[in-house]
Amino acid sequence: MTRDRTPLILLATLAVILVGGFFLPQWAKFLLTIALAKGLVVLGLLPLMRTGLVSFGHALYYCLGAYAGGAVGIVFGISDLLLMMLAGGIAGGLLSLLLGFLLARYRGIFFGLLSLAFSMILYGLLVKSESLGSTDGFNIVPFTLFGVRPDGEWVRYTMLAVAAVVCTLAGLGVHRYLGTPLGLMAPAIRDNEIRVEYMGGSARYAIHVIYVIGATLAGMAGALVGAAVGHIDPEMSYWTQSGEFVFIAILAGTGSVVAPFLGSIIFGVIHSVAFDLSPNTWQLVLGTSLLLIILFLPTGLWSLFGRRLRARG
Amino acid sequence: MAGASNQLILEATGLNKSFGAVTAARDINISIERDSFVGLIGTNGAGKTTFINMVTGYLKPDTGTIVYDGRDITQLQPRDITHLGICRSFQIPQLYNSLTVFENMMIGLAVVVHRAGRGGFFSRGEPVVPGREKPLHAVAEEILASFELTSYRGRSAQVLPGGVRKLLDIAMTLVAAPKILLLDEPTSGVSAEEKFGIMEMVMKAVRDAGATVLFVEHDMEVVSRFSQRVIAFADGRVICDAPPEVALVDPEVLRYVVGGHRAQG
Repeated sequence: MTRDRTPLILLATLAVILVGGFFLPQWAKFLLTIALAKGLVVLGLLPLMRTGLVSFGHALYYCLGAYAGGAVGIVFGISDLLLMMLAGGIAGGLLSLLLGFLLARYRGIFFGLLSLAFSMILYGLLVKSESLGSTDGFNIVPFTLFGVRPDGEWVRYTMLAVAAVVCTLAGLGVHRYLGTPLGLMAPAIRDNEIRVEYMGGSARYAIHVIYVIGATLAGMAGALVGAAVGHIDPEMSYWTQSGEFVFIAILAGTGSVVAPFLGSIIFGVIHSVAFDLSPNTWQLVLGTSLLLIILFLPTGLWSLFGRRLRARG
Repeated sequence: MAGASNQLILEATGLNKSFGAVTAARDINISIERDSFVGLIGTNGAGKTTFINMVTGYLKPDTGTIVYDGRDITQLQPRDITHLGICRSFQIPQLYNSLTVFENMMIGLAVVVHRAGRGGFFSRGEPVVPGREKPLHAVAEEILASFELTSYRGRSAQVLPGGVRKLLDIAMTLVAAPKILLLDEPTSGVSAEEKFGIMEMVMKAVRDAGATVLFVEHDMEVVSRFSQRVIAFADGRVICDAPPEVALVDPEVLRYVVGGHRAQG
């Protein structure tokens, strides 16, 4: 039996970020924090994609989490970053628990479009909601951590460190989940749902659980991004945002819980470099990258690492 | 006819099923005794698979009831029926094609473990399979070995030869420790040389598991050798229900089911 290296890789990556992040310029710390947050959303998409389902509406929970995190700051005066993320996660989890009863009944394009429809409903509601700032959104209260507001230069590092720790814990949690009997059912549902049912499993229940996990992580990520940027607006729930998550998921592959973070960082690099070099045609570069990945690495970037790890293991 | 009612494990009474103008089951009344091996025969479209589909919950009968071990299961979902102890294999093997042979077995066992409330997120160590009280991996290896599939354990299910696919499909039904096993044409698509070998292996494994078996079969040699009782279907009806030595020479069975085979062979 091969040894499971994933927890080691996650913890080693955390150590590298905590130490290396210290030396990064402020702008890079910020970009890395956003990349990790988006990786957290994609981490939630990973088990869902293993069942063969693609959600084009995870921006719903990403945005809801951001608004929930922002709201606890404004309404209750809570500025603790971890509590804001907790609020975002709870909001995402509760809504997905409700919507999951409907969505878990659908497969293929119907699942994808129905999830997209829900995210666009939230977008419509937020745009029309004057009290939530309509299209402008609103500013988030400056975050604290355990009651302390970091000094100017430490703000971005603190944010990065929190993001890295949360992402590592989430990665370990999802990895653990995928190894449980319920998690093992995901690829079986993709391959042959009827057989799963005839073996006594409930595909609908498994998908519902996975959907709630994904939404909770997306909610936490939304709150993190809201706090990092200091501002939230309805664009966070727009369908292009959901598309970006799917883009990263395809770029990364679903082979490991490390892949979403790797994919998200690479996406951030491609996006930033392409935008810097060619502000008007950066989408062309992104599109070409995705095309090349689909053609030459159909199971995503992680397949490169997966092969090497398997060869060693 | 069946013995005392406590010996009966399955009782189907007055089953009728139509698909539009086509009647697939007409007043089916079948009682199955515990630990028996029953062959279901009939031409294509005679109603055998419809009967299996009704027993396993894939189809709901228009009228009639199915009672398993004293409990009405007519309206239950397939997974609930499986959980009670009725499992099935398929005429066309239903495997998880992107996974290996070993992973196929593990998925089945994972479902069993999950239904038993074991192997949760916070559980420590490898979950133990209920009934067998051994870890998941050990049970998977054991079942693979009993079907002589160990040498295929790392191969993708998609590229397996027909006979091995069939065996894996049947082996997967045993993970849930079935009390009744319904095998839909266990030797279809298998070469003539392999047929008896496969059936011997399957019957041994099933006997060890202590399951009652109903198997659909077109090969009358297989039926006469491996069944204690034969139920013949024609046009959605049961036309004969008797031991093989009686059923296979019954005039109606000869006319509707095996006549062609005997005449040729």
